[in-house]
Amino acid sequence: MGDPREFSFAVRAFLKTYRWRRIESVPFSPLQKPLSQCRLALISSAGFTLRDQAPFDKSAKGGDVSFRQIPSESAVGDLVESHRSESFDHDGLVRDPNLAFPLDGARALVADGRVGSLATMHLSLMGSITAPGRLIAHTAPEMSATLVADAVDIALLIPV
Amino acid sequence: MCNQTVSLVAAELERQGIATVCLSLLRRVAEKVRPPRALFVPFPHGYPLDAPGEPQRQRAVLEAALSLLELQDVTAPVLRDFAYGSAGKGT
Repeated sequence: MGDPREFSFAVRAFLKTYRWRRIESVPFSPLQKPLSQCRLALISSAGFTLRDQAPFDKSAKGGDVSFRQIPSESAVGDLVESHRSESFDHDGLVRDPNLAFPLDGARALVADGRVGSLATMHLSLMGSITAPGRLIAHTAPEMSATLVADAVDIALLIPV
Repeated sequence: MCNQTVSLVAAELERQGIATVCLSLLRRVAEKVRPPRALFVPFPHGYPLDAPGEPQRQRAVLEAALSLLELQDVTAPVLRDFAYGSAGKGT
């Protein structure tokens, strides 16, 4: 488990008074078929982009709510991490992006028959979004529509 | 913040019929925000899948997360702890 004591005093003070958004009447879609027939998408908030994509805006007030589409066949080594948070150790992510964007692990799950297939595009965000209004109103519906159009059944979401 | 961000996205995906599971690094945040399904992992921030360059250990976390999707007769939010050798064991 991550521990708030990993954070600086300023970050802890901020978190202490932060009003977390509570999801009321939690929406829930039961699995409709065996995982071996499901199409899986990865969504990581670790701030990864491909080298030819625009980096996330580290100065955006309240957080950058844009997302990037990462083609499923991308090489892990082509992911560049640009998360703005200084509240965690980035070394692991730099050494092995699979740590928060498990492209190789997802491919292995398909190769082993554990899941059926992978989404055409996985999705990437930079998660340090303190003002999530636009994330809720615009970004999440856009991400959802992207995956629905690709017939995705299941998603694994990975924060850092 | 990352934990809240992915939880809010997960909720929207569930509304559109996609079953989701979030990894979570902070139990207190997940309990407040309430993602539809979350696996608490006992790793530091920046290390959600355990260790870099360790595909077997990363696979164990992936398996545990997937197993939450397979749970039947559960009430959302489904919040479970990761434990080595007992994927998705109840809290």
